[in-house]
Amino acid sequence: MTAILPADADDAAGMTERPTRRQPMTNPPASRAASPLGDAVFALLAKAAAVLTLSLLIGIIGSLIYGAWPAIQTYGLSFLWRTEWDPVQEQFGGLVMIYGTLMTSLVALLIAVPVSFGIAMFLTELSPSWLKRPLGIAVELLAAVPSIVYGMWGLLVFGPILAEYVQQPLQNLTQGVPYLGALFSGPPVGIGILAAGIILAIMIIPFIASVMRDVFEVTPPMLKESAYGLGSTTWEVVWKVVLPYTKTGVVGGIMLGLGRALGETMAVTFVIGNMNQLQSLSVFEAANSITSALANEFAEAGEGLHQASLVYLGLILFFITFVVLAFSKVLLARLKKSEGARS
Amino acid sequence: MTVKMIRTAAAVALMVISSAAMAEDVTGAGATFPAPLYAKWASAYNQATGVRINYQSVGSGAGIKQIKAKTVDFGASDMPLKDDELAKDGLVQFPTVIGGVVPVVNVKGIAPGQLKMTGEVLGNIYLGKITKWNDPAIAALNPGLALPDAAIAPVRRADGSGTSFIFTNYLSKVNAEWKTKVGEGTAVNWPTGAGGKGNEGVSAFVQRLPNSIGYVEYAYAKQNKMSHVTLKNAAGNFVEPDDITFKAAAAGAEWSKSFYQVLTNQADKNAWPLSGATFILMHKSQEKPAQGSASLKFFEWAYQNGDKTAGDLEYVALPAAVKDLVRKQWATIVDASGKAVAYK
Repeated sequence: MTAILPADADDAAGMTERPTRRQPMTNPPASRAASPLGDAVFALLAKAAAVLTLSLLIGIIGSLIYGAWPAIQTYGLSFLWRTEWDPVQEQFGGLVMIYGTLMTSLVALLIAVPVSFGIAMFLTELSPSWLKRPLGIAVELLAAVPSIVYGMWGLLVFGPILAEYVQQPLQNLTQGVPYLGALFSGPPVGIGILAAGIILAIMIIPFIASVMRDVFEVTPPMLKESAYGLGSTTWEVVWKVVLPYTKTGVVGGIMLGLGRALGETMAVTFVIGNMNQLQSLSVFEAANSITSALANEFAEAGEGLHQASLVYLGLILFFITFVVLAFSKVLLARLKKSEGARS
Repeated sequence: MTVKMIRTAAAVALMVISSAAMAEDVTGAGATFPAPLYAKWASAYNQATGVRINYQSVGSGAGIKQIKAKTVDFGASDMPLKDDELAKDGLVQFPTVIGGVVPVVNVKGIAPGQLKMTGEVLGNIYLGKITKWNDPAIAALNPGLALPDAAIAPVRRADGSGTSFIFTNYLSKVNAEWKTKVGEGTAVNWPTGAGGKGNEGVSAFVQRLPNSIGYVEYAYAKQNKMSHVTLKNAAGNFVEPDDITFKAAAAGAEWSKSFYQVLTNQADKNAWPLSGATFILMHKSQEKPAQGSASLKFFEWAYQNGDKTAGDLEYVALPAAVKDLVRKQWATIVDASGKAVAYK
């Protein structure tokens, strides 16, 4: 794209043409505000902003490693697969929280991506034009609801509904069935991995949906009209023309949602049950997430291994987010490459 | 012109006055359990004297950290520090008020105070060894009470908390298996149960979940009219949680030896076994004696005038004898030259 834009040519032309331009439409400004000094200062400020971001990042990593050092020294990488979390005996391991974080985010994505796709598709292709704006704004407003509200709602309203109308029927239905029965076991309280995942899904849908809608809207009408002209259905147009054209943006939107899901704290801590034991892989079992453990235990954690282990968890979350981001970049690069090969 | 000058002068004067007031501001940080009381005391004290007390309820652990780092004038903790730990950091501690932790249940047909329990049984429920409400161990304590054949859903605090410390400290004293397997602390490795965030999280769970059991601060249980349990104390009596039984627990402790007193499982025949005091931490040698003096004056004022407020908020004031012991301790808080800091 950028190669097509004649950016360089324009600059060059501007430089050579300006003195020879004969008939300006209006009088040129009396004095130009830009001076070499202003340019230099601005360049310096811009550079400083960039350097500041980078040094902040390095500073955060550095202080995380420094804070986590006692735990890193004690456990090394075995922290990643140890399941004990016992502040009294000073035995710590992060597997339960890492599992909880990844699992709730996975559940959230499984729910949020199809729903967001549906919202975006409806808003761009199917919705009557008078409904587009109010509906679009409503979806975006959902993103502005504070997370504590979702948490309280999940605990007081959604949890009991989930327990009564979903969990108990499911448990009755799958009782005795191998694997499936174990997947739905657990105390019928309506809090746990599934509840947290669903709440997270509701929280990230606005992000993913609005990014998807925006990128769907930039698909050139010519492409879509051509497909319609060839007799495609709306589904075929969206699935085979719009989605391939916008996949970069769609993946970006999903990654934005995933980042939010991984880092969400308050809503999760209300509905996940905060249980530092990995008793079964059931989606109804109370579990814990990294952020929830940090929020709950940091204030009361004594100095030493407990605090260091919490910081270590923070470092792991940082690493997970970094991996997710890097993975999405690689994925996008791959997509672009295969695009070139096909055309 | 003159109007402007007067205005400027007034503004300057205001600034001077406010900065003078700022110098007397006292900051403290720590435990969340006494925070509502300290806030009430602080606002009443501000009206009476004009001194502002700024208390941040950040949690006992954070309060201890902040007073050690000297970023606040006093720290507050629900868990007393051991004497050698105090000595190491040059700190002194003293209790302010007493409170209690109350086990609460949500079982159909059981009225507040109807269910009797012992620490042994309570520990076994939280160990996951007693799983049904009609377990023989519970039924034996409650003859004549219709107990359902339902699974017990234990609820406990998810966040580190002084409430959990009192609860687990008591269970460690009365249940040998609890002591070896789980132990005591503000956060422990809970073998079972769902974790609620804060007293409000636990009480929300218990009120919502049928057949659940949890533990909350006395004030929460009372305000939410939750179904509390009567516990067998060390003397063998079944007691109700109220200000009389909390006070009995406080009176029995040996405050004259040390302020490191955990008031669980006290020997007094009326003592509520899950009682606990909340503590203030200060540096023994004050770098800023004015601030130290202002802090002590606040607590002296609270000892004299704050008992009624404490009672209104379901805390229990210290016995007069204990207050006198605390004043004796205050006399040992000194400035850099070794002169005692005034608290009156």
